[in-house]
Amino acid sequence: MTETAGRSKGLAISRQIVLPWSKSLSMAMNSLRIRFFRSLITTFSLVLAIAFLGYTLTGSAIARELFRIHGDAAMPLLIEAGYSLDSTGLGITAGPKELWLMVLSLLVCTVGIVNAQLMSVTERFREIGIMKCLGALDGMILRLFLLEALALGLFGAGAGAVLGLVVAWASSFLHFGALDYGQMNILPLLAEAAKAWGTGIGLSVLGVLYPAILAAKLQPIIVMKEEY
Amino acid sequence: MDTHHIVRVVAVTKTFSLGKMPVQVLKGVDLEVEAGEYLSIMGPSGSGKSTLFNMIGGLDKPTSGRVFIDEVDISQLDAYELAWLRNRKIGYIFQTFNLIPVMSALENVTLPMIFAGMSGDDAVEKGRGLLDLVGLGERFQHKPSELSGGQQQRVAIARALANDPAIILADEPTGNLDSSTGEEIIALLQKMSRERQVTVISATHDFKMLNVSDRVVWIRDGRIDKIEHRDELSISIGTIQERHESAHS
Repeated sequence: MTETAGRSKGLAISRQIVLPWSKSLSMAMNSLRIRFFRSLITTFSLVLAIAFLGYTLTGSAIARELFRIHGDAAMPLLIEAGYSLDSTGLGITAGPKELWLMVLSLLVCTVGIVNAQLMSVTERFREIGIMKCLGALDGMILRLFLLEALALGLFGAGAGAVLGLVVAWASSFLHFGALDYGQMNILPLLAEAAKAWGTGIGLSVLGVLYPAILAAKLQPIIVMKEEY
Repeated sequence: MDTHHIVRVVAVTKTFSLGKMPVQVLKGVDLEVEAGEYLSIMGPSGSGKSTLFNMIGGLDKPTSGRVFIDEVDISQLDAYELAWLRNRKIGYIFQTFNLIPVMSALENVTLPMIFAGMSGDDAVEKGRGLLDLVGLGERFQHKPSELSGGQQQRVAIARALANDPAIILADEPTGNLDSSTGEEIIALLQKMSRERQVTVISATHDFKMLNVSDRVVWIRDGRIDKIEHRDELSISIGTIQERHESAHS
């Protein structure tokens, strides 16, 4: 049999074994709901890391807005709060220390997600094996884990971004309470929060990739083994 | 009538490597299973019984030799075709029931139908029917943890029948059940095999299984020791216990 014939036969059969998107989604949500506590722990590091990212990003956006409104008059307060003029002299950036902290926190968060998802895959070895025995394809298992991660990302990173925005907004009053917030444009702030949200969703999906591939590659014979 | 061999095992050997030591678990097994037959594979633990069983179910591949299911050599199948085989042709029943714990009885039974592309409503209707058939019609919304062992095994039987398979593979189906519940499960399997013309292949060391089996294959030390038909069984049934004990000593 030629290579192409084999592949088209595979495709023909993959169309006979299906898991509709609506069903995949409801299975993924059900799985999250039932393992709510574990899902919460998996999400928690994401919430914190994205809250920090969101806080830093929106904090900078607030500082930029204040610089735009008040110009040099805001400079002493901004410098005191740790911001500096960027190289173009037109914008405001966060200090390098904060950037480092941001990168580090995201890195730690990703490692945390990979770790938690590996645990979750190991816990579900038998369940995955059963599905394989019932005819599930590798791609279906992969899809279920990706959907779960996507949902965790949407909610976890969403919560983190909102938390970061609120804290950044509130704490900005501590530093810049003397300045007038009247003409502040809220859109750049929301854009920065959305950036943090998107990053979080990306990290959540990235973190589940390796564990999900591991799960998808499991052989159905795993259910015959006592230890799982 | 022409007999149709639903399973054919030809000169199958299987070698596992335990550390650096290769251990030959199956040493050349030939076996033919007729469609509609109720076959029990008996043998002490370590005899290669489970290995042979896994091989028939397409869960494991032989080191040499061939396994044909419906005259298709399963070692030639790719991942998709194997998945299709597991989904449509074979229904699995396990000693530990192996229901998906996060799903209700009905969801467990309908999952193979969903994989087979059946619409949600049709799957629910058929699933309810199958649960009725195994005597669990009222408990379809229960989670496996809310069901007794016997009830879980009934759900597993309903699930195994979901896509009207040609073969039901039952691995020690009564192994985790008490004696009377085990009998009920055996009776149910026998009924399904008769009414639905399903081939039942069961690995077991439960002697209650023998009464319902058309044939019993005795495995010892990686080979087929003896194959007995039901009529021969009734003669030798008194000596079975004896032989079993000697196999264990």
